[in-house]
Amino acid sequence: MNLQAVLTIYKAEMRRFFRTYQQSLIAPVISTSLYFVVFGTAIGGRIDQVEGVPYGAFIVPGLIMLSVMTQSIQNGSVGIYFPKFQGTIYEILSAPVTFIEVVAGYVGAAATKALAIGTIILITATFFVDFQILHPISMVAFLLMTCVCFALLGFIIGIWAQNFDQLSMIPVLVITPLVFLGGSFYSANMLPPFWEGVTRLNPVFYLISGFRWSFFGYADVPVGVSLIAIAIFTAVCLSVIWWIFRSGWRLRD
Amino acid sequence: MAPQTSPIVQVQGLTKTYSGGFTALDNLDFDAREGEILALLGPNGAGKTTLISTICGITRPTSGSVTVGGYDIRRDFRRARSMIGLVPQELVVEPFTKVKDTVAFSRGMFGKAPDPAHVEKVLKQLSLWDKRDNQVRELSGGMKRRVLIAKALAHEPRVLFLDEPTAGVDVELRKGMWDVVRELREQGVTVILTTHYIEEAEEMADRISVISAGRILLTEDKAALMRRMGHKELRIELSEPIAALPPALEGRGIELSEDGHSLIYSYDSSAERTGITRLLSALAEAGLVMSDLSTHQSSLEEIFVSLVHGPDDDNEREAAQ
Repeated sequence: MNLQAVLTIYKAEMRRFFRTYQQSLIAPVISTSLYFVVFGTAIGGRIDQVEGVPYGAFIVPGLIMLSVMTQSIQNGSVGIYFPKFQGTIYEILSAPVTFIEVVAGYVGAAATKALAIGTIILITATFFVDFQILHPISMVAFLLMTCVCFALLGFIIGIWAQNFDQLSMIPVLVITPLVFLGGSFYSANMLPPFWEGVTRLNPVFYLISGFRWSFFGYADVPVGVSLIAIAIFTAVCLSVIWWIFRSGWRLRD
Repeated sequence: MAPQTSPIVQVQGLTKTYSGGFTALDNLDFDAREGEILALLGPNGAGKTTLISTICGITRPTSGSVTVGGYDIRRDFRRARSMIGLVPQELVVEPFTKVKDTVAFSRGMFGKAPDPAHVEKVLKQLSLWDKRDNQVRELSGGMKRRVLIAKALAHEPRVLFLDEPTAGVDVELRKGMWDVVRELREQGVTVILTTHYIEEAEEMADRISVISAGRILLTEDKAALMRRMGHKELRIELSEPIAALPPALEGRGIELSEDGHSLIYSYDSSAERTGITRLLSALAEAGLVMSDLSTHQSSLEEIFVSLVHGPDDDNEREAAQ
């Protein structure tokens, strides 16, 4: 195992994160704060409790997940896309590293950044609403697993993308709608039966449900199902990345 | 000249066919000896970059085998790649990274622990030490090229591939880079360079490989190649022009120039007898008076053109001139 290479990629990516802290850190905190102001305080004040939880607090897990998923994908995709775009990917391809080491470096850094942003948003939320975390260890575990599996998805998008349009297409056109329709701002029980059924087809719904359970002890689906969903998602992403490195798709001629 | 040693890079029957069907390397055999400077010459599209990319692991071979230091690039890729440093053709460096950080990054990618002393040595060797805290984007093209060399040397490779290292570099910098390459050879690094500048190969290489249409046409010691394929010409200027060759000079391989002012004699400079002494005696016997004489040897460029395009093209080229 070339741990030095993993560490090298990780450190370089983290340096880039801190070099662009305005875009990396401040922007997501501001946009999430606006969600709290608009949905939590302004609109939330007029909505009854959801499943026994005040609406402002109910949306906290969903908002954290929204940011964490978006940031994981963005950091995971940009990390590998930029070397491709700049041509510096030759260094990765000609180095004595396996795909596991490359993925560990890039995805590890992307997940760390998303985790940092998720933590900051969690702290920010405490300024707007009162809430408690019933299962803190589970909450951290869910957060970590979500960061890793969405950073893996981002990594795949970064390899697939051949221009900046494609780089932003999947997050904007696919991921954001899935997150919004995955129960970030509502419980599936609030929907008519047909749409509740549709929601259950959305993989993100299971992640948000599990994460919300770690806060309030309430979930739309059993926690075990959420864990299985994350495990399947991670396994699928890892398999795709393994195939990409094995076949050289969009990396090696 | 580099000592005769066993190959450190050995390529056998290498074929690379791209997905579009284009065969860039066609059952190619190639080797590089330890500690030599080998120039890989070839026209555009000959397969130079594909060959380097395949050896370095960037391009996947269709068939054939490649070993570096005895290690197969696929089965034992970690050991094989650890020995290789690559300077690509394009100026591709992360623009917002500091010079010392990008060099340290390259070292880390090859599994080597951070060694600021080595990074400092490499940067000083390439006259980049003063720029160590600058972002790469602030450097000139020539400096960026040297940063790429520094990155390739960061992990102390035994084989260095330089793909068009002096493309777009001014004459002064180019000569500076030649000095760096020679220093590396003295340190025992095998240098394989591709170049469009024939004089670069002529100036630096111990051996020359000529590649065309995905095949190596020859690999030979530069001096031997120039002796074997290079013609030498003796040009004798006459004080008075003549209309035709005197009978005493006929049948000796001498040509008379169109204006009748010069005699041109082609010979093999490595032969035991060049025939020059007898020619000069015959000239005196014929009563011709010389005003000047000069010699001209084929350049590597002429040899290269003749190898790649054949002697007919060579003649056409001369006729065109």
